[in-house]
Amino acid sequence: VAGLWRNTTLGAVSALTGKSPLAYARTVDEDVFKALADPTRRTILDELTGRDGQTLFEICGRLVTNHGLSSSRQAISQHLAVLQEAGLIEIRRDGRYKFHYINTEPLKPLRTRWVPNAMSSGPRTQSDSDTARRKENQ
Amino acid sequence: MRIRLAAVMVDDQAKALQFYTGTLGFTKKHDVPVGADRWLTVVSPQDPDGPELALQPDGHPAVKPFKEALVADGIPFTQLAVDDVETEYRRLSGLGVKFTQQPADMGVVCTAVFDDTCGNLIQIASPNVK
Repeated sequence: VAGLWRNTTLGAVSALTGKSPLAYARTVDEDVFKALADPTRRTILDELTGRDGQTLFEICGRLVTNHGLSSSRQAISQHLAVLQEAGLIEIRRDGRYKFHYINTEPLKPLRTRWVPNAMSSGPRTQSDSDTARRKENQ
Repeated sequence: MRIRLAAVMVDDQAKALQFYTGTLGFTKKHDVPVGADRWLTVVSPQDPDGPELALQPDGHPAVKPFKEALVADGIPFTQLAVDDVETEYRRLSGLGVKFTQQPADMGVVCTAVFDDTCGNLIQIASPNVK
């Protein structure tokens, strides 16, 4: 089921982008792995897992006080841009404010890549797969 | 030398006075007409002779881009002291105040950040008792 879901996803992406599924997968991988390669960026994802939807100010405050990471606000902003580029965070505007949310969707293909049965032990169900597939096909 | 005054720059002094007294609970100290604007300050009822907070008009063209950029990144320019952030968060939320940061442990203090409805984010802080 997992393999079918992934192939369908890549097929839909391929149709949209004109790129071969493998080329697309490689680009996504590179962005995700590059984003995750940095310890500060992993810590940002940790903090967003603790409380989703934070302003830049709150993220900076948590990195300093909880992890002793005294990077500049500009540096954190750049880390957030890399995470956003990889699809691992989403920025949502609410009026005049900007909040950052974690998005674990790009990590899902990694779960089954080297651990074939990972999906069956995870929370994803057959109907979830169907929903995802329908979304991709819309 | 002492510090007697801090200021927030507000988009509307009448609205600001309503929020800082009616919602936050400060009391008016000075209200003097100055041209089209007012010299308007508030104090804490717990410390009426203590530092005043001036509600200054933000009409200068440099101020609005500055305020908007801070708000977009969630940065509070002004901090107020409270006895307990959690209690104050619940009280102000109940009055319809919008928070951009819910109470969070930040080492020796607990902080939260709210919108003063006049174009500023304000941080409240209380000591963390461990």
